[in-house]
Amino acid sequence: MRYAFFPGCVSRGGCPELYPAATMICQRLGIGIQEMPGASCTGAGVLQEKNQPLGDALNARTFAMAEQLGLPILTICSTCQGVMSQANRRLKQSAEYLAEINSHLAEEGLEYRGTTDIKHLLWVLVEDYGLDELTKAITRPLHGVRMAPFYGCYIIRPSDALDFEGHPERQTSLERLIETLGATVVDFSGKTRCCGFPILTTNEKNSMAMVAKHTGDVKDLGADAMVTPCPLCHLNLDGFQPKAAAQAGRKIEMPILHLPQAIGLAMGIRPERLGLKRHIVSVKPLAAKLAGVG
Amino acid sequence: MEVTLRIRRYDPESNRPESYWEEFPVSLEGNATVLDALIKVREEVDGTLSLRCSCRSSICGSCAVRINGQAGLACKMQAADAVDSDGVIVVEPPGVMPVVKDLVVDFKPFWDKIREVEPYLQPQGEEPEGEYLASNESMLHLSGVTSCIMCGACVSDCTVLEVDPTFLGPAALAKAYRFTADPRDGDEEGVSKERLEKLSEVTGMWDCTRCSECVQVCPKGVAPMDRIMALRDQAMEAGLTDNNGSRHATAFTESVAHSGWLDELQLTVKSVGAGNVPALLGFAPVGLRALARGKMPPIIHKSIENVEGIRKLAEKLEDPEPE
Repeated sequence: MRYAFFPGCVSRGGCPELYPAATMICQRLGIGIQEMPGASCTGAGVLQEKNQPLGDALNARTFAMAEQLGLPILTICSTCQGVMSQANRRLKQSAEYLAEINSHLAEEGLEYRGTTDIKHLLWVLVEDYGLDELTKAITRPLHGVRMAPFYGCYIIRPSDALDFEGHPERQTSLERLIETLGATVVDFSGKTRCCGFPILTTNEKNSMAMVAKHTGDVKDLGADAMVTPCPLCHLNLDGFQPKAAAQAGRKIEMPILHLPQAIGLAMGIRPERLGLKRHIVSVKPLAAKLAGVG
Repeated sequence: MEVTLRIRRYDPESNRPESYWEEFPVSLEGNATVLDALIKVREEVDGTLSLRCSCRSSICGSCAVRINGQAGLACKMQAADAVDSDGVIVVEPPGVMPVVKDLVVDFKPFWDKIREVEPYLQPQGEEPEGEYLASNESMLHLSGVTSCIMCGACVSDCTVLEVDPTFLGPAALAKAYRFTADPRDGDEEGVSKERLEKLSEVTGMWDCTRCSECVQVCPKGVAPMDRIMALRDQAMEAGLTDNNGSRHATAFTESVAHSGWLDELQLTVKSVGAGNVPALLGFAPVGLRALARGKMPPIIHKSIENVEGIRKLAEKLEDPEPE
């Protein structure tokens, strides 16, 4: 089981705790990952607002690199997943468009033939690795922990670009993963909504209202933590939670875990090693609960 | 087929001032739609159930409701596809708009916003001697937007409208695009600069989160969010770049084109404007908290390997500069 690893910008930027946590659990689970040091940012849907052909060319370039390695891409970011899936669909839909994009890649000696598959770690675990197999690696199940899922828009919509029809299990993959870790799922309608991060600099008030709504809702439902496969959601839900709580005039203090951190905890990896100390919202109450259960 | 309809009900004139759930078991034909099921309840079980519907064939846009939490036309959704493993279909009124009774909502906010974008052609300059000419291609492009049936599904599930009722919203912005993209609207080049200027203000195109809810739920393939992204492109090309949204998109593109990946620190500064001290100070507490925890992007932003290839690509595919 081997993948071309696409960590994305944020796991090495604003959420530097994510990259080591993800590589650590991949190594322990025996999921082989190979870096593509020349791969660029996906454009995150932002670059595409200005120049979609450039976005598609950048992503085709990355897909071609994975194709040369003969490996599917593994990403740890919902936004990267969605943006790459959408680009891949456009490239695969039209041979003419693919040829045009390839003509720009030729100078670097690259050509994308349209065969690269892109999978978030979440999907890899559910679809390729298997949750039964993952269960074997769970040495410290998160029994008693109430955990709310938060997907990130791009790994949910538009569902046709993400092939939900071919993979209906993707719709509930995060809940099933939480169950596999031994935690109790705190289901809530906000789990597939927007965290507000994309409008942080254009309409901060609305962005904060979204953070406060989702973290506040799961707080009211008695969640101990929220888990997300999207580092951009993490930036907003964790990093901006104090500001959002102040705007909403309430106390929230909801710990937000990156997906690999939640898995790591259930595999018995110490919270410090998973970078949990780097979070803005303290995870101490959760860690204490886990120590008590231990 | 035996199903249970779990319906969110509300009647302001009853002695139950709050909304409540009510369940109705119904027997349906295998090919029945959710609308068939609702009508059956109204006609055979409880005549007080209020809902809107007319054409029953996804044309009139009357019967948008939330089915299992997601907006859609009741007449387009097969009951067999909507039913869960316990045989239940959950039906609620559309979101965002105020509920009048049961599944009927007040569309006034919806229509107000459609009116706000002035949904009619506004050509500038001299009138042509004959008719206004528009290419076949441009009209075919517009047919994707004009297929909107004003059902309100996109508005119901919009993540921004959920927290901010002043946002123009997906339906009105898509409608605005129908005119900004019409070669007959605006100046002689077909550029609708005044419209785009207005739409660039707060509550307009830059307030969309790009969450794709509207793309997902639209029963007619209008893809409102894609139109909003096209509006942003049009606005930037028309030179309307003095706003955070445009600065963000430009700085993002420049960062990737220069180093291959995102320089998050630079991006924040460039998005709000380097001279915008109040906004930057507003981010300072968050930045300091992050710094204290070691949760910071690298201060020195290094380019990725083989960045030359990316720089060349960006040069070749460069977006035309605004005039």
